[in-house]
Amino acid sequence: MAYIRKVFTGFILVLPLIFSSLIFSETSDYNMPIGVTEVSESIFGLHMLIFWICVVIGVIVFSIMFWSLWKYRKSKGAVAADFDDNFWLEIGWTVAATLVLVWMAVPSTQVMVEAYDDAEGEINILITGHQWKWHYEYLEDEVGFFSNLSTSQEQIDGEVPKGEFYLREVDEPLVIPTNTRVRFLITGNDVIHSWWVPDFAVKQDAIPGFINTAWTNVPEPGIFRGACTELCGIKHAFMPVVVRAVEREEFDAFIAEKVALAEEERMLTSKVWTKDELMARGESFYATNCAACHQANGQGIPPVFPSLVGSQITMFDSNKHIEILMEGVQGSAMAAFGESYSEVDIASVITYTRQAWSNGEKGDGVIVTPQDIVAYKNRIDL
Amino acid sequence: MSTVVESHDHGHHGPAKGLSRWLFTTNHKDIGTLYLWFSFIMLFIGGAMAMVIRAELFQPGLQIVQPEFFNQMTTNHGLIMVFGVIMPAFVGLANWMLPMQIGAPDMALPRLNNLSFWLLPMAFGILISTLFMPEGGPNFGWTFYAPLSTTYAPSTVNFFIFSVHIMGVSSILGSINIITTIFNMRAPGMTLMKMPLFVWSWLITAYLLIAVMPVLAGVVTMMLMDINFGTSFFNAAGGGDPVLFQHVFWFFGHPEVYIMILPAFGIVSHIIETFSRKPIFGYSSMVYAMASIAILSFVVWAHHMFTVGMPLAGELFFMYSTMLIAIPTGVKVFNWVATMFRGSITFETPMLFSIAFVALFTIGGFSGLMLAIVPADFQYHDTYFVVAHFHYVLVPGALFGIIAAAYYWLPKWTGNMYDETLGKLHFWLTFISVNVTFFPMHFVGLAGMPRRYPDYALQFADFNALISVGAFMFGITQLLFLFIVIKTIRSGKQAKPEVWEGAGDLGLEWTLSSPPPYHSFTVQPQVK
Repeated sequence: MAYIRKVFTGFILVLPLIFSSLIFSETSDYNMPIGVTEVSESIFGLHMLIFWICVVIGVIVFSIMFWSLWKYRKSKGAVAADFDDNFWLEIGWTVAATLVLVWMAVPSTQVMVEAYDDAEGEINILITGHQWKWHYEYLEDEVGFFSNLSTSQEQIDGEVPKGEFYLREVDEPLVIPTNTRVRFLITGNDVIHSWWVPDFAVKQDAIPGFINTAWTNVPEPGIFRGACTELCGIKHAFMPVVVRAVEREEFDAFIAEKVALAEEERMLTSKVWTKDELMARGESFYATNCAACHQANGQGIPPVFPSLVGSQITMFDSNKHIEILMEGVQGSAMAAFGESYSEVDIASVITYTRQAWSNGEKGDGVIVTPQDIVAYKNRIDL
Repeated sequence: MSTVVESHDHGHHGPAKGLSRWLFTTNHKDIGTLYLWFSFIMLFIGGAMAMVIRAELFQPGLQIVQPEFFNQMTTNHGLIMVFGVIMPAFVGLANWMLPMQIGAPDMALPRLNNLSFWLLPMAFGILISTLFMPEGGPNFGWTFYAPLSTTYAPSTVNFFIFSVHIMGVSSILGSINIITTIFNMRAPGMTLMKMPLFVWSWLITAYLLIAVMPVLAGVVTMMLMDINFGTSFFNAAGGGDPVLFQHVFWFFGHPEVYIMILPAFGIVSHIIETFSRKPIFGYSSMVYAMASIAILSFVVWAHHMFTVGMPLAGELFFMYSTMLIAIPTGVKVFNWVATMFRGSITFETPMLFSIAFVALFTIGGFSGLMLAIVPADFQYHDTYFVVAHFHYVLVPGALFGIIAAAYYWLPKWTGNMYDETLGKLHFWLTFISVNVTFFPMHFVGLAGMPRRYPDYALQFADFNALISVGAFMFGITQLLFLFIVIKTIRSGKQAKPEVWEGAGDLGLEWTLSSPPPYHSFTVQPQVK
């Protein structure tokens, strides 16, 4: 009986060790990802080194503790010794602890110096965190785009089954070339966000008024998924990061296409738009960029997100309406869209919201054209 | 330590009757009781919020609450547990035990004592009332980073700021009282290096509080100015600096973390020496370790901010200074183990909680050491790995210390022994559920789940379900604790003055009757 109890106790004591070994094995889904870059591999190695040092210390300390608890229990007739001090023992373990820390600090410093490097990249990308989406701008080619969550609200609400990449998919991922030093310049537009891609071991806060830097160099093509890791408001969990690394030729083609699209967009500003064209474009823009707060039915979530239905501004004051879209509203979640979107987008969404939900019938129904937005910008420039 | 006590019975010095006893009391035990009950009630309120969080996170998708309310729950759960549970519980224990441990009749400043308690229900009344306002309560996390908590905050943030100011005043007044009591009211012969470790831990904690609570008041005042008076401390558009907020907040916040653990160090030291029947190993190194931890706590704050974009030298400095804290903390753990070594050990409930404290707090210490390593922190930062870390030091750390203290001193306070069988049942249920709740959080964090997420990707689903089950079990188990405490107050085997075998030699509190007289020591004992 005593034998069985001993075996059982031994089993209980080594169980956590077996369990952690399984979880912390390199192939486990529940350990830090090794990642795909040199830096992420060094960081993984460092993580495992520190982890195993902690495990060894833990095993030693806990073994002595549980052995003492077992050996010196009063029910077995243990009589307490009365020492309460041992100078050399105390000096000894203080020195030992210090040496272990130095052992940890040396490789940590090396990896840190390796990871910390803000020299220019071959490709430089400005990443701006917005409530609640990422904006990517290729600084060399002066093109940029927003990257929005593409998981549907129905999936989030559980009305339809969740897809494989639930909350980890976007409409337009960031595209970077492989085997190229890519530098990220990271900032925030409204509150603090944080841009994280575990496979690159890049996590950098996106802070309004600051530009932080990070870099990576991805050897193989692939799709890498990350997240926003600084609480940024209601939709903090709903602004994932997706990066697609592609071969250099594919990347160049992608940029060429983006440049052409941007040129087309600029042409659109001078085109004469009909009401229906503006409405169609405005409706899709609204669904992507506005509905999260103001809701698809325009009713908003008062008092935080005001209703656009029957409001004085959306019905009778088109100048104020333009100003709000362009400049945002201080002290609220309403961002200044003018900096980030084309005149066509701004004009079409204003036109759409002035017509939709019977605002058009009850209000003045003014149609705002891209030229009006250009006029507003010129007015401000004076 | 041996003592000579003369006991006098002053029947006419009993408590007043009815509600006024509690409203106007200046008695250290009554105020201690008020603090402890207040913190117990707040534990269930903050705990209920944790249950809402875990219910929502039981499976992916939004089922029970919307993100807006979820954020209010995480924020208020944190604020209530830090400022409404752990801190008041330690102040309550200090009120009860300091005069009894140093041989004094009461605290030095009894009216101030009454004020510092009664400010607290006001502060938390204001804070919790915001949850019922149309715009909802604070929703920017307990660390309330600007500008989410200023430009982008609901207008109820003003109530939050007012409430934090009141909590700060309460803590500062309480600390002044504790320092004054310890320096002026010790029994003759009790030199500083003969003080019980719980007294030492509170002396150091009180200094930390006085040093950092004004910093917290400063940062919330800057927020108030930014929100209402057009300043731009934290508003980049006006030339301000959002990172300044984090520096000032964490200059308060890191010492605050040790404020929440040092008194538990003191408590656990007493309990381990009592049930090992052997004096604490390395008393003076225990004192020096606590003092070192307190001093180091002022130079490590930016390890909470490794991803804000500090220069390399800054990152390395805060990594090294943080690693240094492992030395005094390690010394404390070694000393507790050395106290058990060659003792004569029994396993009453307070001892079980203290052993679990040593083991699980050490695990929290290990993950803390891992988090100190800057490059690795880039991967851990703001994930569930951090959530696992600070819950390991705060729940099986600070909270287990408080629960252990309650079992250890409850027979002294009430004169009744608690039910040992129920106590052990409470321990085992708590011990299992706390690990089921918080241990898997390490794994979901490493796998990449960020904190403060109301919804998450599918690969985190299994562990989140497990975590929620553990959390519900932990929550329900604490109702058993409530039952045990009430049962002990109402009835139980009569406790002897020394309560625990051999405790009579360990401290002055065990020389008093159980329950102790209303004015603990009316005649000062002699400490030899």
